[in-house]
Amino acid sequence: MKSKLYDKIATIYFYVVATLLIVFLISLISYILYQGRTRLNIDFLTSPPKFMEVGGGIGPQLFNSIELLIITLIISVPIGLGAGIYMAEYAKPGLLTEIIRLSVETLSSMPSIVVGLFGLLVFVTMTGWGYSLIAGALTLTVLNLPVMTRVSEDSINSVPNSLREASYALGATKWQTIVKVVVPAAMPGIITGIILTAGRIFGEAAALLYTAGMSSPALNFSNFNPASPTSPLNLFRPAETLAVYIWKVNSEGLAPDARQIADGASAVLLLMVLIFNLLARWLGSSLYKRMTGER
Amino acid sequence: MTIDRKYEMARKRQDMAGKVIVFTSAILLIILVISLFYFVASKGLSTFVKDRISLKEFLLSTVWSPDRDIPAVGALPFILGSIFVSVFAIMISGPLGVSSAIFMVEISKKLGQKILQPAIEIFVGIPSVVYGWLGLSVLVPFIGKHFGGLGFSLLAGILVLTIMTLPTITSVSADAIRSLPIEIREASYALGATRWQTIRHVIIPAAKSGILTAIVLGLARAFGEALAVQMVIGNRPVIPKSFLEPMSTITSIITMDMGNTVMGSVWNDALWSLALLLLLISFTFIIIIRLVGRRGMYK
Repeated sequence: MKSKLYDKIATIYFYVVATLLIVFLISLISYILYQGRTRLNIDFLTSPPKFMEVGGGIGPQLFNSIELLIITLIISVPIGLGAGIYMAEYAKPGLLTEIIRLSVETLSSMPSIVVGLFGLLVFVTMTGWGYSLIAGALTLTVLNLPVMTRVSEDSINSVPNSLREASYALGATKWQTIVKVVVPAAMPGIITGIILTAGRIFGEAAALLYTAGMSSPALNFSNFNPASPTSPLNLFRPAETLAVYIWKVNSEGLAPDARQIADGASAVLLLMVLIFNLLARWLGSSLYKRMTGER
Repeated sequence: MTIDRKYEMARKRQDMAGKVIVFTSAILLIILVISLFYFVASKGLSTFVKDRISLKEFLLSTVWSPDRDIPAVGALPFILGSIFVSVFAIMISGPLGVSSAIFMVEISKKLGQKILQPAIEIFVGIPSVVYGWLGLSVLVPFIGKHFGGLGFSLLAGILVLTIMTLPTITSVSADAIRSLPIEIREASYALGATRWQTIRHVIIPAAKSGILTAIVLGLARAFGEALAVQMVIGNRPVIPKSFLEPMSTITSIITMDMGNTVMGSVWNDALWSLALLLLLISFTFIIIIRLVGRRGMYK
């Protein structure tokens, strides 16, 4: 009968661990949102930060984060999708495939600070661009590529072979089959993956400290000249993001309300990540339903 | 007929072009890894080649005073700091992560899928600066008040990393346990084993290599984490003598000093050497995972 008792104790233990984890997560999220609640208003989200005085916002940082995210996705999604297609549809078992796979694994476990230093050396110093939006976007591309490749490869692999065979039977070439049949069928998985990686890019800071920089010029949103330093369209201006700003406020916060600013910015960052997560979940299941014709 | 042939040619060309494009994308990944190693190594090796500092001094000396006239760049405090903070974190998050993975797959599939799995995904998604900020604004004052010291400490670093590595370990080991065939469970129950006996003597041994992979991945994440750790450990370049003392890690010293050193100085070179060390360690982790995965596949 002893083993029955042990079994009961073990069951209780596992329930306790799982419950603690959930309770911990819920209190973590509610604490962050509660602390930042007074700052979740339009004024804080749109006005520029102030130095040495109370009441600064996170406007330019929030904008930079979004712009950086979009540019990174524009660069990394096509390349990652291409590499994913190659791995799923063309790659034959062998040395080359093995090396590509090792590269993907190495890149995806690379500490982001090391990728940031690589960016500093190549995209900031060697190109002569200095701390800039484009240097940040290219650095984030290095971080995002392995994830994007893996997501595309997995989604494409899960497309049933019967679809490919049907397409070949109609006389389509391999490329036509991939573009017109396989990739569209893999789309729900790919889009879910893109949104989830978007959350990760949005919160990344270590790789951006020395690439996109720790300052942001005042942006003039009616300035559409890409060569002007205050134009939001200028890719070569320093672009501090929200995540970098949280770090900077803590290490050299000059504003007297640095703590409230960090609380507010953390709440905004967390909310964005939660939205990305929910969006990925909802879009994934609704696209899947549409593809499979399930109502 | 000619139109048909033209069309056929165009199709063939398109087919070829498509293959070339996706092949180039894949090759780009290899080029990226090689250039990453090349560039970081080209800077990181100059400490030893240009500045004539011996590898032994760099790895084993505890004296870090790179701003003096005769700079000393002993990196042992940072190396040990990184090892302490990540190994202790994994010692807590490892058992907890594996337990929650077992809960998800073996104890309550329904609760696991509906609640724990989404929760873990949210845990993964929370940015590291937010963890760092929470550590700084909640954990550090708490430790300072209740355990003594300033609060900025090895302990704070360990706890922050515990939370950050927990989701990685949980989801990877859950995948490993989930992939075990149902037959081995049925066989165990048929022999009259309880659920706990099945978990202990059948499930965990069978999923051993997957669980090990999860732990190494968690360790790699802990080792490479920069900002969240840097924000709570106090950043003093010494080997901590107790859990409550401030310390530094490889990532934290790079984060702190890279911005205020001149490229080409011994100080700056030493930081690049630390980055190279980090790169080599993370590559080693990948190799270990590959070896573990290949050897322990459950068949």
